[in-house]
Amino acid sequence: MHKSFLILKREYLTRVRKKSFIIMTLLVPFLFAGFTILPAWLAMQDDEEQRTIGVYDATSQFDQRLENTDFTNFHPIQKAEFESIQQDIKSSKYYAVLHIPEDIVATSRARLLSDKQVTFDIKNMIGGKLENLIEADKKAVIIDESGIPDLEEKLAAARTRIQLETMKVDEKGSAVKSSTEIAMAVGYAAGFIIYMFVFIYGAMVMRGVMEEKTSRIVEVIISSVKPTQLMFGKIVGIGLVGLTQLVFWLILIFLIVSGLQVVLAPDQAELMQQSQNMMAANPQLQGAAQENAVLNIIDLVGNLNIPLILFSFLFYFLGGFLIYSSLMGAVGAAVDHEEEAQQLMLPVTIPLIFSIIILFPVVKNPEGALAFWASMVPLTSPVIMMVRVPYGVPMWELLLSMGILIVSIYGTIWVAGKIYRTGILMYGKKVNFKEIVKWLFYHN
Amino acid sequence: MEIFKATQVVKDYAGHRALDEVSLSVKDQSIFGLLGPNGAGKTTLIRIINQITAPDQGEIELFGRKLKASDIQHIGYLPEERGLYKKMKVGEQALYLAQLKGLSKHDALKGLKYWFEKFEIQPWWNKKVEELSKGMQQKIQFVITVVHKPKLLIFDEPFSGFDPINANLLKNEILNLKEQGATIIFSTHNMASVEEVCDHIALINRSKKILDGPIDDIKERYKQDIYEVETSAPHDVTAEFSRNGFQLIDYQLKGQIQRIKFQVVNETPANALLQHLMEKMEIRSFREVIPSMNEVFIQVVEQANPKKQAHA
Repeated sequence: MHKSFLILKREYLTRVRKKSFIIMTLLVPFLFAGFTILPAWLAMQDDEEQRTIGVYDATSQFDQRLENTDFTNFHPIQKAEFESIQQDIKSSKYYAVLHIPEDIVATSRARLLSDKQVTFDIKNMIGGKLENLIEADKKAVIIDESGIPDLEEKLAAARTRIQLETMKVDEKGSAVKSSTEIAMAVGYAAGFIIYMFVFIYGAMVMRGVMEEKTSRIVEVIISSVKPTQLMFGKIVGIGLVGLTQLVFWLILIFLIVSGLQVVLAPDQAELMQQSQNMMAANPQLQGAAQENAVLNIIDLVGNLNIPLILFSFLFYFLGGFLIYSSLMGAVGAAVDHEEEAQQLMLPVTIPLIFSIIILFPVVKNPEGALAFWASMVPLTSPVIMMVRVPYGVPMWELLLSMGILIVSIYGTIWVAGKIYRTGILMYGKKVNFKEIVKWLFYHN
Repeated sequence: MEIFKATQVVKDYAGHRALDEVSLSVKDQSIFGLLGPNGAGKTTLIRIINQITAPDQGEIELFGRKLKASDIQHIGYLPEERGLYKKMKVGEQALYLAQLKGLSKHDALKGLKYWFEKFEIQPWWNKKVEELSKGMQQKIQFVITVVHKPKLLIFDEPFSGFDPINANLLKNEILNLKEQGATIIFSTHNMASVEEVCDHIALINRSKKILDGPIDDIKERYKQDIYEVETSAPHDVTAEFSRNGFQLIDYQLKGQIQRIKFQVVNETPANALLQHLMEKMEIRSFREVIPSMNEVFIQVVEQANPKKQAHA
């Protein structure tokens, strides 16, 4: 056991001290934050450029009624000026020229001319203003004809929007507000993280085994320790490297996201604080406060069974890693070259890739037959069961899946250990599956 | 006293018997040469001693009792195909491997310091292995093999990859270790080094032990009553030899010196011929030709594998 620990320590420390590991661990959270938060923040930034729009209104009905906004001014122009601008739009003093044609009410068409691509916001703003003006005119005509002066208010009152709340009722009959969207997001993220880590760190185990085999240090080592100790130390050591990276990523992402929130949207943070205080002070306001989307999400996440999700995540993370890394370690031991490794890797990783392919169908229907069976089969259950857990899975299904996984891990490690012990000292022999099956019956 | 003993050891791999009832015994504080052609089963036997693999039948004894798991800390093994972690620093790696052999960190550092100073390689401590030449790496591997002061040392082709100076340094260290009480099993194809260092050898061919004994006895056993005589002044002696019942094997004339190799065929003692020759010419040297281990090896293996010889 002492020697396994020495091996574990070496496997862990040499990898954690690598520059590439440190850079990846620090960089990825920033990239993640950069790719998700910055674009959203930039989109939120107000456009503060002063612009003047020339308006040539052939109907002469709208140009005076277009109201200036904080940053955009509308300036009516005459036909002659419009035509001269059209000749040489570049040197005009206007950002763009709006041409409202004679038949705009009938065709609902107008033109916005500019020498550059007009921004999305400006286009929407001008379009919206014109729509409102024309709609108001049309409504006035209808109200006039119908003789009902408060028609508009009545129609507005008739408008209805349904908010469907999904509630989960447990055995005791108490209903908890649930959110399909949140469960989906959590399940998807958790399943994907497991997939990614199992893949990356399983391959790391394989390369580690190959390194020892091809550099021929393995014979020195296994004259000091048992091959199983070497394999155990390697798998656990590398597993801990993976956990370390995951924990760092989660902490860093949390810090960066909360940091950015404070820096970029201090008002929103204050607002949240305020509404929380209000909620505490005045329970009647609770309903209103829940309109706040952020609070709503926090509330719904709180309604997930977080301890169970965390436990399952850790269980399937480690279980998936153990089962795949021992198989990949066996592959690394069986081969001499990288190319051979690729060939033998494929059948090992197919179930893993399959679980990512069926991830979406499972997310859409977490109670279906595909979801059920895929969460029982040990090579797909680490990803698929994890996707289902946030939705709430019957306890017997969860326990059965975990039990099958534990038994399979034992079996896989036994098989992988056999292959490993024989393969690690076998050089210059091209291996195939028949050969490997033969190794299972060797007694070393 | 015997430190190591193998009795009727059998090891089978699928469809192939790697060791067939091999028995060996190695005396305490001696150097034992384990010889044999490639693929004869030497490495399998060495792996059994190191408990990398277990025999299917037979007994292995170390220090007069059955081999047990904890014995690996008393064994030092330098494999033929040897390597180190390329990206790891020399000192860190040596320390790690010494600790795997069961040394405490303190003892490991002390032992490594001693050997690094002895070989004057302290400056390598913080270098990465990939920065060292192959010969330098071999030195590190030697240090790692002996640092835990094993009672039984197994060297598989220890001199391969060394220049003559370093090979000599290593040879002297191996003899030193023997003086200090270690027992050494030495596997090589280099018969010159076998003659230099080994006390006792065993020859394994096609999974079977075909020859075993102290090196001088074996050479004595395989000598063929061949003598070599060097005389000055050319004198035709060919007729003389056959008349007296000697078989002329080789005759060389270099300037004024003639060198004659002959074999005693009947019971005539070689001394009789010498006396006869002394009357006619001046004898510069006269000696019995003892076969080299190289010759013994080739002779024994070829006798054992007659078919192979026909192919070659």
